[in-house]
Amino acid sequence: MCLGIPGEVIELHPEQSDLAKVNVSGVKRLINIGLLSDDPPKPGEWVLIHVGFALSKIDEAEAAAAMEFLEGIGQAYEDEIAALRGSLIE
Amino acid sequence: MRFVDEFRDADKAHALAAKIAALCEPGRSYKFMEVCGGHTHTIYKHGLEDYLPEAITLVHGPGCPVCVIPMGRVDDAMHLAARPDVIMTSFGDMMRVPGSNGSFFDAKASGTDIRMVYSPLDSLKIARQNPDRQVVFMAIGFETTAPSTAMTMLRAAAEGISNFSVFCNHVTIVPAIKAILDSPDLRLDGFLGPGHVSTVIGCRPYEFIARDYHKPVVVAGFEPLDILQSIYMLLRQLAEGRSAVENQYSRVVPWNGNVVALKAIGETMELRPYFEWRGLGFISHSALRVREKYAAMDAERLFSVPGVRVADPKACQCGEVLKGVLKPWECKVFGTACTPETPIGTCMVSPEGACAAYYNYGRMNRNRVPEAAPAGQS
Repeated sequence: MCLGIPGEVIELHPEQSDLAKVNVSGVKRLINIGLLSDDPPKPGEWVLIHVGFALSKIDEAEAAAAMEFLEGIGQAYEDEIAALRGSLIE
Repeated sequence: MRFVDEFRDADKAHALAAKIAALCEPGRSYKFMEVCGGHTHTIYKHGLEDYLPEAITLVHGPGCPVCVIPMGRVDDAMHLAARPDVIMTSFGDMMRVPGSNGSFFDAKASGTDIRMVYSPLDSLKIARQNPDRQVVFMAIGFETTAPSTAMTMLRAAAEGISNFSVFCNHVTIVPAIKAILDSPDLRLDGFLGPGHVSTVIGCRPYEFIARDYHKPVVVAGFEPLDILQSIYMLLRQLAEGRSAVENQYSRVVPWNGNVVALKAIGETMELRPYFEWRGLGFISHSALRVREKYAAMDAERLFSVPGVRVADPKACQCGEVLKGVLKPWECKVFGTACTPETPIGTCMVSPEGACAAYYNYGRMNRNRVPEAAPAGQS
């Protein structure tokens, strides 16, 4: 839950400006980007995602490092990705 | 993995170990608390204590949101979930936390409608799909998750959803740190500040620690080199006779935090006069409740909640572990009666809990790298 997982913004939602589609390890889901409304992320930028919300922008190097760390912690990460996969955000 | 190597480079780790050892004053010992459970995890996964001189002890702090929820609040949530009109939603981490009569998983197995969600926004969708039921979201976590709950409440209000409410258990990290500083049990020399909480609250809320308690604080990232570098920064402050708040994780943490997130929390929630933390007891102004303006989304106002205080199981020493007074393996039930599969205490439940981190990585003995020996020794 408290794990921040990095995702790459793929596209912004055409109608709802606070939603964006992200790619996290191949899982593509909508997340809320309302907390970054001061400086919204653009497609191709990376964000740190907590429980369905982008909490901060990060650079690609940070994203790669965070991702490897997360993959290394095993079950907790797999649970998080499984939870994201089941997410209902719309 | 070119990028990752920058944060994991073994040569850099050994070089930092030597710099850390060189900064330790002979005859002096240092106790640093890593506040965040994510840091505890990195420290044990990578065996970072092996890179530190004997004079440095890392003490695990209370920054594991699941670990600090007292049993009484789990029982209250269970009471709400048992109502036939209620669908309780919860993060996965919370599902195994034991209450007096079992966990959410146990209750779910015996027919209570408790659903695991990834995001509070998922709860909102469940509320839209079930207009004849009350959907109660079990909100837990520090300032990393509180903005998500707040934004979800704002969205529910904007959409006019009337069957969504929050059982608010959000806690704030700074009063817990203050309680630890005021506790006579523990003498600390400095803090590794939490990385992701600080993306929301920024670095300023820690300034009192440097100013009033004269202890250095370094907000730290989660990679092994981040943590070693942060320990080096703490030691450098001590060696120079300074105490300040420094941001090692500036590539992610803005000094002023996330203003939008803070505004959303402030709009929907306010500080409780006091809140009970597992192991730490009652701490004033340490948790959030739903503001009067959003009373229609406050499960505590909508439904009656027993609010009974429940003592922790006698065998469990999570309190001492959360305060950093005991190492996890010093607890009487660690690894025997209490394991991640059948946890007695919360520290064994969450992957961020100190006991789970110790248990999973089995690091009870330190095997130091040569660079960690103080100068002149080997």
